[in-house]
Amino acid sequence: MSTLQEAWPFLRDGFELTITLLVLSMILSAVLGTILAAMRVSPVAPFRLFGAGYVNIFRNTPLVVLFILVVEGFPPIDIRPSLEQVGLNTFETLAVIALSVYTAAFVCEVVRSGVNTVDAGQAEAARSVGMSFGQTLRIIVLPQAFRSVIPPMASVYIALAKNTSVAAAFGVLEATAQLSRMNERSIAPITVLFLYLAAGYIIIVWIISAIAAILERRLAVAR
Amino acid sequence: MTTPVLYDVPGPRARARHAVYSVIGGLAILALLGYIFWRLWDAEQITPEKWEFLQESAIVEDLAEGLRVTLSLAATSILLAIAFGAVFAAGRLSDFWLIRLPSIAVIEFFRAVPVLLMILFLNFSYTEQLGTYWSIVLALMVYNGAVLAEVFRAGILAVPKGQTEAGQAIGLRKGQVLRFILAPQAVSSMLPAIISQCVVALKDTTLGFAIGSSDITDRAKLIFTDIFYNNPVAVALVLMAVFITINYTLSLIARWLEARMRRRGERVVHLQGAQAGLD
Repeated sequence: MSTLQEAWPFLRDGFELTITLLVLSMILSAVLGTILAAMRVSPVAPFRLFGAGYVNIFRNTPLVVLFILVVEGFPPIDIRPSLEQVGLNTFETLAVIALSVYTAAFVCEVVRSGVNTVDAGQAEAARSVGMSFGQTLRIIVLPQAFRSVIPPMASVYIALAKNTSVAAAFGVLEATAQLSRMNERSIAPITVLFLYLAAGYIIIVWIISAIAAILERRLAVAR
Repeated sequence: MTTPVLYDVPGPRARARHAVYSVIGGLAILALLGYIFWRLWDAEQITPEKWEFLQESAIVEDLAEGLRVTLSLAATSILLAIAFGAVFAAGRLSDFWLIRLPSIAVIEFFRAVPVLLMILFLNFSYTEQLGTYWSIVLALMVYNGAVLAEVFRAGILAVPKGQTEAGQAIGLRKGQVLRFILAPQAVSSMLPAIISQCVVALKDTTLGFAIGSSDITDRAKLIFTDIFYNNPVAVALVLMAVFITINYTLSLIARWLEARMRRRGERVVHLQGAQAGLD
């Protein structure tokens, strides 16, 4: 497998960046998505409206268009110098922002439906034994919601892993971008190069599914 | 709003408190939106001259032509994807491992590989045979087809077992049971999921941007990269408006259809963890 040896540096660099984009966007979209979900279930009408508006806008926007908005549109809004000061590649950071803004809309819907699957009686029981709103949320509702959230959350993160490839079209040298780089150097037939990269993505998808399966089993409750 | 899980139905004092929060929250959101607007305006991204391209009929006609290409890409690939999905769903349901295992491999492979990677691969390796249009259509076909195969399988498996048994009892072969008994009953239950998949296909057509597909996004690129306009924010907002209008309408149709079917007590199938437009 000498072609794999030759392709290896490209694959390694590419997937290193893919995984960096993936992990950063996972964290950022989870935080943003949970805040949005809290807004969507809030008793305060303007927050609900904002949450619903956000979800409907970004869920229906193609990721490529969002990349145009963020990656092409934001640099003139002098975010660029402040990013370069902390030592981050501008395009990579903007890609993380675009991916997170997009994925947060899906995370929001997952978390919201997770909270709604918890039986209303659970929270009522918690309140009637005198728990505060925070206690109800922390001790009763969220642990139960978390369990039902795992499978759909895994789907969202699998989609995110594949979506990091869109950054290739905007000057980020992650895994998908390595296809043309390796092809220019004619390291191996393009089909072989494609299969190497596809294998990398399949492994990432497997890892996410496996983690979800383990978590689901750990948190499973005998009913 | 659905029944609130997290808090009781508010009494008069809570309602008064919520009214105060609403005013404060509303002002905070307006302030946030105002700040974003001001930053964009200040950076001269949405000032009036950035929108002038919308007044040039040549550009608007070009974008309309691009939208036609986008819709044609999406429609062609979703139709092919339905055929692809039907074939591989049937393959995956086969009792014969020589058919079943390859079908599973194909479905799982295409579900895990990014569409853009497939578009680039097809475009690099079969440039002359396929051209950009068919590179995109084929990539979208195999991806959406693999997702739809799972939808179809779920739909078939959701038909009550007695139907299969009744079919076998009157002497139909396995293929006949699938074709004459299971598939017709499963089709309607899959309709909302198929429409949701159209949203995904439509969004993914924009990936053709990477290989110069002359769809609406690709043509829009020529506007904002033009030094004279240099307006990516304005152009992206126009594209967002176009896609949101189409996709939101599609998802409303899917939701309406699903609600109507549920009211009538019909089955509706979804994949586990599936969400409208997730991609």
